[in-house]
Amino acid sequence: MSEEVFTLKQPEKDERLLEQLSALTRHHRERSPEYDRILLASGQAQDSYASVYDLPWLPVRMFKNHHLKSIPDDEIVKVLTSSGTTGDVSRIYLDRDAAAAQTRMLSRTLQTVLGPKRLPMLIVDSRGVVADRRSFSARGAGMLGLMNFGRDHVWVLDENGEPDVEVLKQFLAKHGDQPFLIFGFTFMVWLYLYEAARDAGLDLSNGILIHSGGWKKLIDRAVDNAEFRRRLAEDIGLTKIHNFYGMVEQIGTIYLEGPDGGGLYCPDFADVIIRDPETWEVAPIGTPGLIEVTSTLPTSYPGHVLLTEDLGVVHGVDDGAWPGKRFSVLGRLPRAEARGCSDTFTGGDR
Amino acid sequence: MIEIDRLRKVFRSSLELPEDYDVDGLEYRGIEKWDSLAHMSLVAAIEDEFDVMIDTDDVIDMSSFGKAREILGKHGVEFA
Repeated sequence: MSEEVFTLKQPEKDERLLEQLSALTRHHRERSPEYDRILLASGQAQDSYASVYDLPWLPVRMFKNHHLKSIPDDEIVKVLTSSGTTGDVSRIYLDRDAAAAQTRMLSRTLQTVLGPKRLPMLIVDSRGVVADRRSFSARGAGMLGLMNFGRDHVWVLDENGEPDVEVLKQFLAKHGDQPFLIFGFTFMVWLYLYEAARDAGLDLSNGILIHSGGWKKLIDRAVDNAEFRRRLAEDIGLTKIHNFYGMVEQIGTIYLEGPDGGGLYCPDFADVIIRDPETWEVAPIGTPGLIEVTSTLPTSYPGHVLLTEDLGVVHGVDDGAWPGKRFSVLGRLPRAEARGCSDTFTGGDR
Repeated sequence: MIEIDRLRKVFRSSLELPEDYDVDGLEYRGIEKWDSLAHMSLVAAIEDEFDVMIDTDDVIDMSSFGKAREILGKHGVEFA
């Protein structure tokens, strides 16, 4: 049985993360001369840090311009690249231990809502995204990672990118009376699963939906998280819905929406800090700012404390369905380049 | 057919390997054909052949032929 990962209240978590992330900062400074140089040049190199809020962060885009890694070349087992729309891509280097840890911790995080058994799985995409084994898009790679949690995988979209309602009906006839897993990018779930299921009068009440990718493409339809949850529940019976937030620069760490829909929660080995984009001060609860993400998983590259280009807000601490901070992602910081896995799908722009 | 041969056969057919290919020392990603996509069909084929349901943790843990054997052992498949 897997260990649980949503257990720590904030004071205990802050204490543990300070110790572990400080040790990781030392670890990476010793092994990555480039990281050490960046900290020294920016005046952030200290022997110890008084609080998790003082730990030195790297802007995520550093991984585009610098080869940041803390392992020798012959120990690299995997290089992950992010999808970028303006050319440069981030490169993330994993050794055997880091690769194993990210898979294991992603699994523990998702098993919180999925349980240990693999469920029949509906994928809101077309088989084509994983067809070419030699060149997966970021979207295909994300898909493959999630497929481990399912069985009897069924693809909702046909090869033309259109929802296949017959396939959906067949899946529900076979598996619809027991728990099943649905995975897809947020806007695709809305456009291709929700609308098709609603129009066909289908019942997805035994489904557990895991989705990600952001709301940008749904803004013109006035669909936000609350509306998404409300309509899916009312129109197709889908109430177990878990959005998540994550990035390739912190592979294996995802921030998962709790059962109450009250925000995204941080697993025990990770956290978020919201910062004022002008002053870099920590923003108070309820005040939006830039999202800094921390995680103990990056051991092979210095990605344990990162400043993202996303805006977010913490709604509360130790006051929700799971312990720790609960927060929402509000979108990209204006002017930051558009970047994100699901942006590689152009078929949705209609 | 003894169980170990059944398992070898499933590995060869799922990973599209020749009849006489020695699979006993195989490791995940050790050969090009055993990639993450093939892993999913391999797991499904093992489940069908031995009539078992493999949990998520074991799918992730099944990093070699030896591990697959061990996992089936937990499900009561005897490789004596």
